[in-house]
Amino acid sequence: MDGLIERFLQGDRRALARVISRVENETAEGREFLRALFPRSGRAHTIGVTGGAGSGKSTLTGALAAEYRRRGHTVGIVAVDPSSPFTQGAILGDRIRMQDLTLDPGVYVRSMASRGALGGLAPTIDDVVAVMDAYGFDFVIIETVGAGQDEVEVAGTALTTVLVNNPGTGDDIQAMKAGILEIADVLVVNKADHPGADVLVSQLQALLTLSPAGSRRPPVLKTIATKGEGFGALADAIADHRTYLESSGEMERQRAIDARHQVLSIARSILLERIRQATPEAELDDLVGQVAARHLDPHSAAEALAARLHA
Amino acid sequence: MTPSPTATKIRVLIAKPGLDGHDRGAKVVARALRDGGCEVIYTGIRQTPEMIAEAALQEDVDVVGLSILSGAHLELFPRIVDELKKRGRDDVLLFCGGIIPEEDTPALEKLGFQAIFRPGANTQDIVKYVFDHVTK
Repeated sequence: MDGLIERFLQGDRRALARVISRVENETAEGREFLRALFPRSGRAHTIGVTGGAGSGKSTLTGALAAEYRRRGHTVGIVAVDPSSPFTQGAILGDRIRMQDLTLDPGVYVRSMASRGALGGLAPTIDDVVAVMDAYGFDFVIIETVGAGQDEVEVAGTALTTVLVNNPGTGDDIQAMKAGILEIADVLVVNKADHPGADVLVSQLQALLTLSPAGSRRPPVLKTIATKGEGFGALADAIADHRTYLESSGEMERQRAIDARHQVLSIARSILLERIRQATPEAELDDLVGQVAARHLDPHSAAEALAARLHA
Repeated sequence: MTPSPTATKIRVLIAKPGLDGHDRGAKVVARALRDGGCEVIYTGIRQTPEMIAEAALQEDVDVVGLSILSGAHLELFPRIVDELKKRGRDDVLLFCGGIIPEEDTPALEKLGFQAIFRPGANTQDIVKYVFDHVTK
Protein backbone atom coordinates (compact mmCIF):
# COMPACT_ATOMS: atom_id res chain seq x y z
CA MET A 1 0.00 0.00 0.00
CA ASP A 2 2.76 2.47 0.90
CA GLY A 3 4.22 2.16 -2.58
CA LEU A 4 0.93 3.00 -4.23
CA ILE A 5 0.32 6.13 -2.13
CA GLU A 6 3.88 7.28 -2.75
CA ARG A 7 3.45 6.93 -6.49
CA PHE A 8 0.07 8.68 -6.23
CA LEU A 9 1.69 11.61 -4.46
CA GLN A 10 4.36 11.76 -7.16
CA GLY A 11 1.60 12.22 -9.74
CA ASP A 12 1.57 8.70 -11.23
CA ARG A 13 -1.70 8.32 -13.16
CA ARG A 14 -1.65 4.54 -12.93
CA ALA A 15 -1.55 4.89 -9.13
CA LEU A 16 -4.44 7.37 -9.25
CA ALA A 17 -6.50 4.90 -11.31
CA ARG A 18 -5.75 2.07 -8.86
CA VAL A 19 -6.55 4.13 -5.78
CA ILE A 20 -9.90 5.20 -7.26
CA SER A 21 -10.84 1.54 -7.88
CA ARG A 22 -10.02 0.55 -4.30
CA VAL A 23 -12.04 3.47 -2.96
CA GLU A 24 -14.94 2.83 -5.33
CA ASN A 25 -15.05 -0.85 -4.34
CA GLU A 26 -14.99 0.14 -0.65
CA THR A 27 -12.17 -2.26 0.20
CA ALA A 28 -10.30 -2.04 3.51
CA GLU A 29 -7.30 -0.80 1.56
CA GLY A 30 -9.49 1.85 -0.06
CA ARG A 31 -10.50 3.13 3.38
CA GLU A 32 -6.82 3.42 4.35
CA PHE A 33 -6.06 5.38 1.18
CA LEU A 34 -8.93 7.73 1.83
CA ARG A 35 -7.82 8.30 5.43
CA ALA A 36 -4.34 9.20 4.17
CA LEU A 37 -5.49 11.40 1.27
CA PHE A 38 -8.56 13.18 2.63
CA PRO A 39 -6.59 15.89 4.49
CA ARG A 40 -5.04 16.85 1.15
CA SER A 41 -8.41 17.46 -0.48
CA GLY A 42 -10.49 20.64 -0.40
CA ARG A 43 -8.36 22.69 -2.75
CA ALA A 44 -9.94 21.91 -6.12
CA HIS A 45 -12.93 23.82 -7.42
CA THR A 46 -15.51 21.04 -7.75
CA ILE A 47 -18.18 21.60 -10.40
CA GLY A 48 -21.34 19.53 -10.82
CA VAL A 49 -22.85 19.28 -14.29
CA THR A 50 -26.42 18.02 -14.29
CA GLY A 51 -29.42 18.03 -16.60
CA GLY A 52 -31.71 15.72 -18.54
CA ALA A 53 -30.62 12.70 -20.57
CA GLY A 54 -29.40 13.93 -23.94
CA SER A 55 -29.13 17.56 -22.83
CA GLY A 56 -25.45 17.59 -23.77
CA LYS A 57 -23.83 17.15 -20.34
CA SER A 58 -20.90 15.05 -21.59
CA THR A 59 -20.13 17.28 -24.56
CA LEU A 60 -20.44 20.35 -22.35
CA THR A 61 -18.18 18.79 -19.71
CA GLY A 62 -15.56 18.09 -22.39
CA ALA A 63 -15.79 21.61 -23.81
CA LEU A 64 -15.57 23.19 -20.34
CA ALA A 65 -12.49 21.07 -19.55
CA ALA A 66 -10.93 22.22 -22.85
CA GLU A 67 -11.56 25.85 -21.82
CA TYR A 68 -9.77 25.24 -18.49
CA ARG A 69 -6.85 23.67 -20.36
CA ARG A 70 -6.60 26.80 -22.55
CA ARG A 71 -6.36 28.76 -19.30
CA GLY A 72 -3.55 26.50 -18.11
CA HIS A 73 -5.46 24.53 -15.46
CA THR A 74 -5.59 20.77 -14.91
CA VAL A 75 -8.92 18.93 -14.82
CA GLY A 76 -10.23 15.67 -13.39
CA ILE A 77 -13.59 14.44 -14.63
CA VAL A 78 -15.90 11.87 -13.00
CA ALA A 79 -18.76 10.89 -15.30
CA VAL A 80 -21.58 8.81 -13.83
CA ASP A 81 -23.89 6.58 -15.89
CA PRO A 82 -26.66 4.34 -14.54
CA SER A 83 -26.22 0.72 -13.41
CA SER A 84 -28.88 -1.82 -14.34
CA PRO A 85 -31.21 -2.40 -11.39
CA PHE A 86 -31.44 -6.05 -12.48
CA THR A 87 -27.93 -7.19 -13.41
CA GLN A 88 -25.90 -4.35 -11.83
CA GLY A 89 -24.09 -4.09 -15.16
CA ALA A 90 -23.60 -0.74 -16.86
CA ILE A 91 -22.65 0.87 -20.14
CA LEU A 92 -20.43 3.84 -19.41
CA GLY A 93 -20.41 5.94 -22.57
CA ASP A 94 -19.52 9.47 -21.52
CA ARG A 95 -15.94 9.25 -22.82
CA ILE A 96 -17.27 9.12 -26.38
CA ARG A 97 -18.00 12.87 -26.15
CA MET A 98 -14.62 13.68 -24.62
CA GLN A 99 -12.27 12.02 -27.14
CA ASP A 100 -10.14 15.09 -27.70
CA LEU A 101 -9.09 15.08 -24.05
CA THR A 102 -7.93 11.44 -23.89
CA LEU A 103 -4.28 12.10 -24.65
CA ASP A 104 -3.99 15.40 -22.79
CA PRO A 105 -1.70 14.82 -19.78
CA GLY A 106 -3.52 17.60 -17.89
CA VAL A 107 -6.87 15.79 -17.97
CA TYR A 108 -8.01 12.56 -16.35
CA VAL A 109 -11.43 11.09 -17.13
CA ARG A 110 -13.02 8.39 -15.01
CA SER A 111 -16.38 6.72 -15.69
CA MET A 112 -18.41 5.52 -12.73
CA ALA A 113 -21.54 3.39 -12.57
CA SER A 114 -24.31 4.56 -10.24
CA ARG A 115 -24.34 1.15 -8.47
CA GLY A 116 -27.82 1.53 -7.07
CA ALA A 117 -27.44 5.06 -5.67
CA LEU A 118 -30.39 7.39 -6.13
CA GLY A 119 -30.02 11.09 -6.83
CA GLY A 120 -27.92 10.93 -9.99
CA LEU A 121 -24.55 9.97 -8.53
CA ALA A 122 -22.71 6.86 -7.26
CA PRO A 123 -22.46 5.63 -3.64
CA THR A 124 -18.75 6.54 -3.33
CA ILE A 125 -18.79 9.71 -5.43
CA ASP A 126 -17.67 12.00 -2.59
CA ASP A 127 -14.73 9.71 -1.85
CA VAL A 128 -13.65 9.50 -5.49
CA VAL A 129 -13.92 13.28 -5.87
CA ALA A 130 -11.81 13.73 -2.71
CA VAL A 131 -9.15 11.43 -4.19
CA MET A 132 -9.02 13.44 -7.43
CA ASP A 133 -8.92 16.66 -5.43
CA ALA A 134 -6.03 15.31 -3.33
CA TYR A 135 -4.20 14.31 -6.52
CA GLY A 136 -3.98 18.02 -7.27
CA PHE A 137 -6.36 18.79 -10.13
CA ASP A 138 -7.33 22.48 -10.20
CA PHE A 139 -10.87 21.56 -11.22
CA VAL A 140 -12.86 18.37 -10.69
CA ILE A 141 -15.99 18.16 -12.85
CA ILE A 142 -18.71 15.73 -11.77
CA GLU A 143 -21.18 14.76 -14.48
CA THR A 144 -24.39 13.19 -13.15
CA VAL A 145 -26.56 10.58 -14.81
CA GLY A 146 -29.38 12.07 -16.87
CA ALA A 147 -31.36 13.91 -14.21
CA GLY A 148 -35.07 14.53 -14.11
CA GLN A 149 -36.75 16.81 -11.62
CA ASP A 150 -35.46 15.50 -8.34
CA GLU A 151 -31.82 14.42 -8.69
CA VAL A 152 -30.31 17.08 -6.48
CA GLU A 153 -27.52 15.17 -4.71
CA VAL A 154 -24.80 16.75 -6.83
CA ALA A 155 -25.29 20.09 -5.07
CA GLY A 156 -23.90 18.45 -1.91
CA THR A 157 -20.84 17.08 -3.72
CA ALA A 158 -19.82 20.07 -5.84
CA LEU A 159 -19.12 23.68 -4.87
CA THR A 160 -20.73 24.99 -8.05
CA THR A 161 -23.67 23.28 -9.75
CA VAL A 162 -24.30 23.89 -13.45
CA LEU A 163 -27.76 22.93 -14.68
CA VAL A 164 -27.99 22.18 -18.40
CA ASN A 165 -31.30 22.96 -20.11
CA ASN A 166 -32.37 22.67 -23.73
CA PRO A 167 -34.85 24.57 -25.85
CA GLY A 168 -38.09 22.75 -26.62
CA THR A 169 -38.29 20.60 -23.49
CA GLY A 170 -41.36 21.94 -21.71
CA ASP A 171 -43.00 25.18 -20.72
CA ASP A 172 -41.95 27.44 -17.88
CA ILE A 173 -44.18 25.68 -15.33
CA GLN A 174 -41.74 22.73 -15.55
CA ALA A 175 -39.01 25.03 -14.30
CA MET A 176 -41.19 26.50 -11.54
CA LYS A 177 -41.56 23.17 -9.79
CA ALA A 178 -39.45 22.55 -6.74
CA GLY A 179 -36.31 20.51 -7.08
CA ILE A 180 -33.52 20.61 -9.57
CA LEU A 181 -33.79 24.27 -10.60
CA GLU A 182 -33.30 25.30 -6.99
CA ILE A 183 -29.81 23.78 -6.80
CA ALA A 184 -28.46 25.55 -9.88
CA ASP A 185 -25.68 28.08 -9.29
CA VAL A 186 -25.26 28.62 -13.03
CA LEU A 187 -27.96 27.92 -15.62
CA VAL A 188 -26.98 26.93 -19.12
CA VAL A 189 -29.17 26.76 -22.20
CA ASN A 190 -27.22 24.30 -24.33
CA LYS A 191 -27.96 23.60 -28.01
CA ALA A 192 -28.52 27.36 -28.23
CA ASP A 193 -28.52 27.13 -32.02
CA HIS A 194 -31.84 25.26 -31.84
CA PRO A 195 -35.14 27.14 -32.19
CA GLY A 196 -36.58 28.46 -28.95
CA ALA A 197 -33.28 29.07 -27.18
CA ASP A 198 -33.86 32.79 -26.63
CA VAL A 199 -37.40 32.16 -25.41
CA LEU A 200 -36.10 29.64 -22.88
CA VAL A 201 -33.42 32.08 -21.69
CA SER A 202 -36.00 34.78 -21.04
CA GLN A 203 -38.38 32.30 -19.39
CA LEU A 204 -35.62 31.19 -17.02
CA GLN A 205 -34.62 34.78 -16.30
CA ALA A 206 -38.24 35.71 -15.61
CA LEU A 207 -38.55 32.81 -13.20
CA LEU A 208 -35.41 33.81 -11.37
CA THR A 209 -36.87 37.27 -10.69
CA LEU A 210 -39.40 35.44 -8.51
CA SER A 211 -36.62 34.18 -6.21
CA PRO A 212 -36.74 35.50 -2.64
CA ALA A 213 -35.34 39.03 -2.25
CA GLY A 214 -31.68 39.11 -1.29
CA SER A 215 -30.94 35.62 -2.62
CA ARG A 216 -28.25 35.18 -5.24
CA ARG A 217 -29.68 35.09 -8.75
CA PRO A 218 -27.87 32.52 -10.92
CA PRO A 219 -26.77 33.74 -14.35
CA VAL A 220 -28.36 32.21 -17.47
CA LEU A 221 -25.88 31.50 -20.27
CA LYS A 222 -26.09 30.10 -23.77
CA THR A 223 -23.72 27.42 -25.08
CA ILE A 224 -23.35 25.30 -28.19
CA ALA A 225 -21.23 22.51 -26.72
CA THR A 226 -20.66 20.69 -30.01
CA LYS A 227 -19.01 23.83 -31.43
CA GLY A 228 -17.33 24.90 -28.21
CA GLU A 229 -19.24 28.21 -28.17
CA GLY A 230 -19.96 30.07 -24.96
CA PHE A 231 -17.35 28.42 -22.75
CA GLY A 232 -15.28 31.49 -21.93
CA ALA A 233 -18.40 33.05 -20.41
CA LEU A 234 -19.32 29.79 -18.65
CA ALA A 235 -15.87 29.43 -17.06
CA ASP A 236 -16.07 33.09 -15.95
CA ALA A 237 -19.53 32.58 -14.42
CA ILE A 238 -18.28 29.51 -12.51
CA ALA A 239 -15.30 31.52 -11.22
CA ASP A 240 -17.66 34.36 -10.18
CA HIS A 241 -19.70 31.86 -8.20
CA ARG A 242 -16.64 30.72 -6.28
CA THR A 243 -15.73 34.35 -5.56
CA TYR A 244 -19.26 34.87 -4.27
CA LEU A 245 -19.01 31.75 -2.04
CA GLU A 246 -15.75 32.95 -0.56
CA SER A 247 -16.67 36.59 -0.04
CA SER A 248 -20.13 35.91 1.42
CA GLY A 249 -19.02 33.28 3.94
CA GLU A 250 -21.32 30.87 2.11
CA MET A 251 -18.35 28.57 1.43
CA GLU A 252 -17.86 27.59 5.09
CA ARG A 253 -21.59 27.25 5.61
CA GLN A 254 -22.01 24.99 2.56
CA ARG A 255 -19.00 22.87 3.47
CA ALA A 256 -20.36 22.35 6.98
CA ILE A 257 -23.77 21.31 5.64
CA ASP A 258 -22.19 18.93 3.12
CA ALA A 259 -19.90 17.36 5.74
CA ARG A 260 -22.82 16.85 8.10
CA HIS A 261 -24.90 15.25 5.36
CA GLN A 262 -22.01 13.01 4.33
CA VAL A 263 -21.22 11.80 7.84
CA LEU A 264 -24.87 11.06 8.64
CA SER A 265 -25.33 9.25 5.36
CA ILE A 266 -22.29 7.03 5.98
CA ALA A 267 -23.50 6.38 9.55
CA ARG A 268 -26.84 5.28 8.09
CA SER A 269 -25.12 2.71 5.83
CA ILE A 270 -23.00 1.43 8.73
CA LEU A 271 -26.11 0.95 10.88
CA LEU A 272 -27.94 -0.80 8.05
CA GLU A 273 -24.98 -3.11 7.52
CA ARG A 274 -24.90 -3.91 11.27
CA ILE A 275 -28.61 -4.68 11.25
CA ARG A 276 -28.11 -6.98 8.26
CA GLN A 277 -25.30 -8.77 10.06
CA ALA A 278 -27.30 -9.13 13.26
CA THR A 279 -30.32 -10.57 11.46
CA PRO A 280 -30.39 -14.18 10.27
CA GLU A 281 -31.57 -14.35 6.66
CA ALA A 282 -34.49 -16.61 7.65
CA GLU A 283 -35.77 -14.03 10.11
CA LEU A 284 -35.58 -11.26 7.51
CA ASP A 285 -37.46 -13.48 5.05
CA ASP A 286 -40.12 -14.11 7.69
CA LEU A 287 -40.63 -10.40 8.45
CA VAL A 288 -40.67 -9.50 4.78
CA GLY A 289 -43.17 -12.29 4.13
CA GLN A 290 -45.52 -10.94 6.79
CA VAL A 291 -45.36 -7.48 5.22
CA ALA A 292 -45.98 -8.86 1.72
CA ALA A 293 -49.03 -10.74 3.07
CA ARG A 294 -50.26 -7.52 4.75
CA HIS A 295 -50.14 -9.10 8.22
CA LEU A 296 -47.56 -6.59 9.41
CA ASP A 297 -46.91 -3.01 8.33
CA PRO A 298 -43.43 -2.16 7.00
CA HIS A 299 -42.69 0.33 9.79
CA SER A 300 -43.25 -2.24 12.53
CA ALA A 301 -41.12 -4.75 10.63
CA ALA A 302 -38.29 -2.23 10.33
CA GLU A 303 -38.59 -1.39 14.05
CA ALA A 304 -38.22 -5.10 14.81
CA LEU A 305 -35.06 -5.22 12.72
CA ALA A 306 -33.59 -2.10 14.30
CA ALA A 307 -34.32 -3.52 17.77
CA ARG A 308 -31.82 -6.31 17.02
CA LEU A 309 -29.00 -3.77 17.31
CA HIS A 310 -29.30 -3.53 21.09
CA ALA A 311 -30.71 -7.00 21.64
CA MET B 1 -29.52 -13.41 -2.78
CA THR B 2 -28.95 -10.60 -5.28
CA PRO B 3 -25.33 -9.46 -5.52
CA SER B 4 -24.47 -6.36 -3.53
CA PRO B 5 -24.58 -3.33 -5.85
CA THR B 6 -21.30 -2.01 -4.54
CA ALA B 7 -19.38 -5.29 -4.74
CA THR B 8 -16.29 -5.26 -6.95
CA LYS B 9 -17.31 -5.28 -10.60
CA ILE B 10 -15.44 -6.47 -13.64
CA ARG B 11 -14.60 -3.40 -15.73
CA VAL B 12 -14.27 -3.89 -19.48
CA LEU B 13 -13.13 -1.45 -22.16
CA ILE B 14 -14.68 -2.10 -25.56
CA ALA B 15 -12.82 -0.19 -28.25
CA LYS B 16 -12.71 0.08 -32.00
CA PRO B 17 -9.27 0.84 -33.39
CA GLY B 18 -8.72 2.02 -36.91
CA LEU B 19 -10.90 3.67 -39.47
CA ASP B 20 -13.88 1.40 -40.06
CA GLY B 21 -17.06 3.03 -38.85
CA HIS B 22 -19.26 0.00 -38.30
CA ASP B 23 -19.72 -0.62 -34.59
CA ARG B 24 -22.77 -2.85 -34.37
CA GLY B 25 -20.68 -5.85 -33.30
CA ALA B 26 -18.91 -3.83 -30.61
CA LYS B 27 -22.24 -2.57 -29.29
CA VAL B 28 -23.75 -6.08 -29.20
CA VAL B 29 -20.78 -7.33 -27.19
CA ALA B 30 -20.90 -4.30 -24.85
CA ARG B 31 -24.60 -4.93 -24.25
CA ALA B 32 -24.06 -8.67 -23.57
CA LEU B 33 -21.33 -7.87 -21.03
CA ARG B 34 -23.59 -5.28 -19.39
CA ASP B 35 -26.33 -7.89 -19.08
CA GLY B 36 -23.73 -10.25 -17.64
CA GLY B 37 -23.13 -7.73 -14.84
CA CYS B 38 -19.95 -6.01 -16.07
CA GLU B 39 -19.29 -2.28 -16.11
CA VAL B 40 -18.50 -1.63 -19.76
CA ILE B 41 -16.70 1.50 -20.90
CA TYR B 42 -17.49 2.10 -24.54
CA THR B 43 -15.30 4.65 -26.29
CA GLY B 44 -16.76 4.70 -29.78
CA ILE B 45 -15.18 4.38 -33.21
CA ARG B 46 -11.85 5.50 -34.71
CA GLN B 47 -9.63 5.09 -31.67
CA THR B 48 -5.86 5.27 -32.02
CA PRO B 49 -3.70 2.73 -30.14
CA GLU B 50 -2.61 5.52 -27.76
CA MET B 51 -6.22 6.51 -26.99
CA ILE B 52 -7.22 2.90 -26.26
CA ALA B 53 -4.27 2.29 -23.93
CA GLU B 54 -4.75 5.61 -22.17
CA ALA B 55 -8.47 4.91 -21.62
CA ALA B 56 -7.57 1.45 -20.24
CA LEU B 57 -5.20 3.14 -17.80
CA GLN B 58 -7.55 5.93 -16.67
CA GLU B 59 -10.52 3.59 -16.27
CA ASP B 60 -8.43 0.88 -14.50
CA VAL B 61 -10.16 -1.84 -16.52
CA ASP B 62 -9.60 -5.57 -16.09
CA VAL B 63 -10.35 -6.41 -19.72
CA VAL B 64 -9.82 -4.79 -23.12
CA GLY B 65 -11.98 -6.08 -25.99
CA LEU B 66 -11.14 -4.86 -29.50
CA SER B 67 -13.46 -4.96 -32.49
CA ILE B 68 -12.06 -4.55 -35.96
CA LEU B 69 -13.40 -5.05 -39.46
CA SER B 70 -10.92 -3.15 -41.59
CA GLY B 71 -8.24 -5.85 -41.83
CA ALA B 72 -5.64 -3.67 -40.12
CA HIS B 73 -5.47 -5.81 -36.97
CA LEU B 74 -1.91 -7.04 -37.57
CA GLU B 75 -0.74 -3.43 -37.85
CA LEU B 76 -2.83 -1.95 -35.04
CA PHE B 77 -2.99 -4.67 -32.36
CA PRO B 78 0.80 -4.85 -31.78
CA ARG B 79 0.83 -1.07 -31.34
CA ILE B 80 -2.02 -1.27 -28.83
CA VAL B 81 -0.22 -3.99 -26.86
CA ASP B 82 2.89 -1.84 -26.98
CA GLU B 83 1.07 1.26 -25.70
CA LEU B 84 -0.51 -0.79 -22.90
CA LYS B 85 2.95 -2.05 -21.91
CA LYS B 86 4.32 1.51 -21.86
CA ARG B 87 1.63 2.40 -19.32
CA GLY B 88 2.13 -0.71 -17.20
CA ARG B 89 -1.25 -2.06 -18.32
CA ASP B 90 -0.09 -5.21 -20.09
CA ASP B 91 -1.77 -7.03 -17.18
CA VAL B 92 -5.25 -6.68 -18.76
CA LEU B 93 -7.12 -9.63 -20.23
CA LEU B 94 -7.31 -9.15 -24.01
CA PHE B 95 -9.83 -10.46 -26.50
CA CYS B 96 -10.81 -9.42 -29.98
CA GLY B 97 -13.50 -9.89 -32.58
CA GLY B 98 -14.50 -8.98 -36.09
CA ILE B 99 -13.26 -9.95 -39.52
CA ILE B 100 -10.06 -11.78 -38.66
CA PRO B 101 -8.75 -14.53 -40.98
CA GLU B 102 -7.98 -17.92 -39.38
CA GLU B 103 -4.37 -17.74 -40.54
CA ASP B 104 -3.78 -14.69 -38.31
CA THR B 105 -4.71 -16.60 -35.16
CA PRO B 106 -1.16 -17.69 -34.18
CA ALA B 107 0.21 -14.16 -34.56
CA LEU B 108 -2.59 -12.73 -32.40
CA GLU B 109 -2.18 -15.48 -29.79
CA LYS B 110 1.47 -14.58 -29.55
CA LEU B 111 0.45 -10.98 -28.89
CA GLY B 112 -1.76 -12.08 -25.99
CA PHE B 113 -5.15 -12.49 -27.66
CA GLN B 114 -6.11 -15.96 -26.44
CA ALA B 115 -9.70 -15.53 -27.59
CA ILE B 116 -10.90 -14.36 -31.01
CA PHE B 117 -14.63 -14.07 -31.61
CA ARG B 118 -15.61 -14.09 -35.27
CA PRO B 119 -18.99 -13.44 -36.94
CA GLY B 120 -21.50 -15.93 -35.60
CA ALA B 121 -19.84 -16.18 -32.20
CA ASN B 122 -22.23 -16.59 -29.27
CA THR B 123 -22.24 -13.52 -27.01
CA GLN B 124 -22.70 -15.82 -23.99
CA ASP B 125 -19.35 -17.41 -24.81
CA ILE B 126 -17.76 -13.95 -24.68
CA VAL B 127 -19.33 -13.23 -21.28
CA LYS B 128 -18.24 -16.65 -20.03
CA TYR B 129 -14.70 -16.09 -21.32
CA VAL B 130 -14.45 -12.82 -19.39
CA PHE B 131 -15.83 -14.24 -16.15
CA ASP B 132 -13.65 -17.36 -16.39
CA HIS B 133 -10.45 -15.40 -16.88
CA VAL B 134 -10.74 -12.37 -14.62
CA THR B 135 -9.74 -13.05 -11.05
CA LYS B 136 -11.13 -10.53 -8.60
